[in-house]
Amino acid sequence: MTRRRVVITGLGIVSPVGNSVDQAWQNIVAGRSGIDHITRFDASNFPVKIAGEVKDFKIGDYISPKDARRMDTFIHYGLAAGIQAIRDAGLEANPDDADRFGVAIGSGIGGLPLIETTHDDYLGGGVRKVSPFFVPGSIINMISGNLSIMYGYKGPNISLVTACSTGTHSIGEAARIIEYGDADVMIAGGAEATVSPLGMGGFCAARALSTRNDDPKTASRPWDRDRDGFVLGEGAGVVVLEEFERARARGARIYGELVGYGRSADANHITAPCEDGSGAAACMLAALRNAGLNPNDVQYLNAHGTSTPLGDLAETTAVKRAFGEHARQLVVNSTKSMTGHLLGAAGGIEAVFSTLAVYHQVSPPTINIFNQDEKCDLDYCANEARPMKIDVALSNSFGFGGTNGTVAIRRI
Amino acid sequence: MSSIEERVKKIVAEQLGVNEADIKNESSFVDDLGADSLDTVELVMALEEEFECEIPDEDAEKITTVQQAIDYVLAHQK
Repeated sequence: MTRRRVVITGLGIVSPVGNSVDQAWQNIVAGRSGIDHITRFDASNFPVKIAGEVKDFKIGDYISPKDARRMDTFIHYGLAAGIQAIRDAGLEANPDDADRFGVAIGSGIGGLPLIETTHDDYLGGGVRKVSPFFVPGSIINMISGNLSIMYGYKGPNISLVTACSTGTHSIGEAARIIEYGDADVMIAGGAEATVSPLGMGGFCAARALSTRNDDPKTASRPWDRDRDGFVLGEGAGVVVLEEFERARARGARIYGELVGYGRSADANHITAPCEDGSGAAACMLAALRNAGLNPNDVQYLNAHGTSTPLGDLAETTAVKRAFGEHARQLVVNSTKSMTGHLLGAAGGIEAVFSTLAVYHQVSPPTINIFNQDEKCDLDYCANEARPMKIDVALSNSFGFGGTNGTVAIRRI
Repeated sequence: MSSIEERVKKIVAEQLGVNEADIKNESSFVDDLGADSLDTVELVMALEEEFECEIPDEDAEKITTVQQAIDYVLAHQK
């Protein structure tokens, strides 16, 4: 049996740099930061007062106010990005072959803000004040669940949780589902919305975040000498994956081929990256092996690149380990320099950006590289977008627990 | 101050996402206004909030129409 090929036919995004694919891509290529002061809650007593918040988002454009009230924000973002992607793929009509359509949209953390406010309700009025919609409004698989209900999709319906690798793993595993023949179309990606007291508080306590409160737009500065942590972002990125022959038969616009997927574990530390880059390198090589490609077939890497002192260096080491001499020929780009780190949604929006990089043949910039760290000595496409030939792009995600994911996207 | 009837209908409209004009006194939450079991639980919570009362579960189960909600509130007003 020949392997079934998987292509990308739809894109959707909600992000700190825009709530449509066109707007977000324009801002990313132009190097505009979406980081600003926190407005979601009063962060004046927090050591970190900046984040990549989603702005001007209207869930009422996608679902009824009644339904919206009963879901936490990460579900809003995930549904909106999913609906955008489905429309973009020209698949709005509920399908006749519904059992061939599935959804795999996950989240790293899920409905933390709703957990916080429901706990407040409980403390204020006891168990009678806990809403019957608390559980279905906060659990992680409810983006996949709600989308299947909206569109009648009766195929595989799952949600993966692998911290900051969630989006990448969701897309990779969804592609496997199509490859294996269990579905023909998968709506896949990640969503996150944890700009809340406990969400921010937890990452503050872990000393993971940039404290550059006086200059939000330059706070996320991957590979810069003075990087001091990541900036928390929120949003969702979703792609429509489709079996190649089916997409071609219906004349769908094909952005690119999801040609490879790899995953690995560091087996090292709960939060810190593996300094020798071995886990991440193994992950990239696994994606290439799955794709049947060699390291020198790749031109563009959308890095995890979160702007943490250890992580950026470890990823640079990993790229050298995986690519050898070819590492010098690669463009290694961090769109997190503009969006911040969207945790479980990061792999989702970065798959969207990597797909567009392949489709438009341009690398977005890594902004805020003022003084490049001499130990991070690769080509990071500093500060200006670059038109370039991209036959194959990789997108990396690494998560707490030492879980790694890489997808490979090929021009078609 | 709006009448109890108006206030009840406003809450029903908000909770169930229906137009106030479509809500009749005899409307059944489930059969006429599209509520499911979770909706009815939340509707009772909203009534408790609005009218500052506590509706025990055994009473709540008997409130299935708009008129029954109005009657309950009238009978248990503080």
